[in-house]
Amino acid sequence: MAKKLNMRKRYELLTRGLGWEPTYQPKDKVFAQEAYEGIKITDWSKWEDPFRLTVDAYWKYQAEKDKKLYAVMDSFAQNNAHLNLADASYVNALKLFIQGVSPLEYAAHRNFARLARQLSGEGAQIACQMQSIDELRHAQTQIHTISHYNKHFHGMHDPFHMFDRVWYLSVPKSYFDDASSAGPFEFITSVSFSFEYLLTNLLFVPFMSGAAYNGDMATVTFGFSAQSDESRHMTLGLEIIKFLLEQHEDNLPIVQGWIDKHFWRAYRLLGLVAMMQDYFLPESPMSWKEGWQIYFVENAGALFNDLGRYGLQMPKYHEIATAEADHISHQIFGTFYNYIHAAAFNLGLPSEAKMNWLSEKYPDTFDKYYRPRMEMWAQMEKEGKRFFNMGLPQLCQVCQIPMCFTEIAKDDPMQVSYRVSEYEGEKFHTCSDGCKTIFDHEPEKYVNAWLPVHQIFQGNCGGAAVPDVLNWYHFHPEDGGDYVGSADEARWKAMKGEAAAEAPKTSQADAA
Amino acid sequence: MSEHKVFMIFQNTADAQPFISAFEQENPRATLDYQPGMVRIEGLGELGITQAVVSELAGRDVNLQELHLTLISLSGNIDEDDDYFRITRH
Repeated sequence: MAKKLNMRKRYELLTRGLGWEPTYQPKDKVFAQEAYEGIKITDWSKWEDPFRLTVDAYWKYQAEKDKKLYAVMDSFAQNNAHLNLADASYVNALKLFIQGVSPLEYAAHRNFARLARQLSGEGAQIACQMQSIDELRHAQTQIHTISHYNKHFHGMHDPFHMFDRVWYLSVPKSYFDDASSAGPFEFITSVSFSFEYLLTNLLFVPFMSGAAYNGDMATVTFGFSAQSDESRHMTLGLEIIKFLLEQHEDNLPIVQGWIDKHFWRAYRLLGLVAMMQDYFLPESPMSWKEGWQIYFVENAGALFNDLGRYGLQMPKYHEIATAEADHISHQIFGTFYNYIHAAAFNLGLPSEAKMNWLSEKYPDTFDKYYRPRMEMWAQMEKEGKRFFNMGLPQLCQVCQIPMCFTEIAKDDPMQVSYRVSEYEGEKFHTCSDGCKTIFDHEPEKYVNAWLPVHQIFQGNCGGAAVPDVLNWYHFHPEDGGDYVGSADEARWKAMKGEAAAEAPKTSQADAA
Repeated sequence: MSEHKVFMIFQNTADAQPFISAFEQENPRATLDYQPGMVRIEGLGELGITQAVVSELAGRDVNLQELHLTLISLSGNIDEDDDYFRITRH
């Protein structure tokens, strides 16, 4: 009787030799995108899949994951389990998630399908096909889960439309468009390695654990279900880097450049997650800084130690990102506090208990720099002088975040950081050395950035007044503004049988 | 063996329990950090489980690839076969 084959052998037989040599077109025309970025591949058969997951096993396990997830979602809906949330203000994190993250999942689905076509190695093609299907599953399950909240709360009615137009959503959109408009190897380095391997734990792990902490079992389930695919995606990111570096030494400087660039791009985008982690969760199991320490400093440190034998170094400006971990959630919160009348979620100043938690988690910075600001704003609110910024902010030409970051690296955390580059006689502004370096390397790309503020001033966003622009975004007047006095708060109190709050005083309509 | 950290994160569910317990049992130096909804198993240089131990804990014949159902994240280089699963640092 034939001996049972071991996993490695079985896997090889099931996944190799699936390709073929084209006969009526030359190979470099069939895979026309594979060479122009300068990456040299000598032997695709050296590709090693990190998980030996065959297609039949893939379908079996994915079906199992979906069955479990939909069972939880059904029982969540049947039991009106949104009533078990710690507080309805938590839902604002889901609003930002469906507006800013789910469209990225869909974009990833499209791009991995592109890669499955453009890369010529079968191992990489199959991994990209699986990931493309995974990403579509993530977008769908997020929409299904959050649709339950959409029945009860505002701001979740048209996320894909918003994603293409809204000022703060241009931050995730521009990052992904940057990667999507690059060649296949830059895209996969960006998304699979710099984003998924280095940073995605920060989005899904502490944040989803936070969802569990706040009674949102449906979100925990989709989050962790998505993240179970993410383990596979992260290992694809690691595999592609090792593979490229093993194939040819000329690939090293190209890959290092992409890792540097996309680490910084993805890190800037995660500033939104930092704010969610520290300010949106009524109960937080872990601060942004603690998450950064575990999932970036320790994890990436060990990873780059492994990759050092290929000559690869930690991404440029990583030490600035680590120094900024003490600041960015507070700085981004402050920006949204000023512009919440123009957002499709609600926000409020942190309670005394929350501020004490922030003091404890940020002993070097919160009391010194940020608590006084929050207290001043609270005082102004009390006096009926709630401050809304009615001007439009200067955006960074690269990350598209309003200029809210400061000179942490220069030990001057009260000085707003901005950089200027000149290109063809025009000035372009960036928020940091990281973004300026990216701009200066490819200015011809970033001068074409679709900057929401510039577009509003050019008359391309529905009109000149704030309500016109918000209408063009498909926002409703009750979508934004302070949480206290919001339509969501009133509805939550009614659902919980508590007295309704006073009429909204700080909705976008009033602010405008 | 490297002393750099590796980790596995699982959902804290009944389905994941045989895997979590096997990591705990087979890696005496590993630490377990319980956070809401999840557990992070951290080791120095290496973490591994065997099919025999997971099956014994589950009370049935377990295919180690079932860990895909409850795995949240991991860090390290993967080495797997029918009878073991391991992550390591070089």
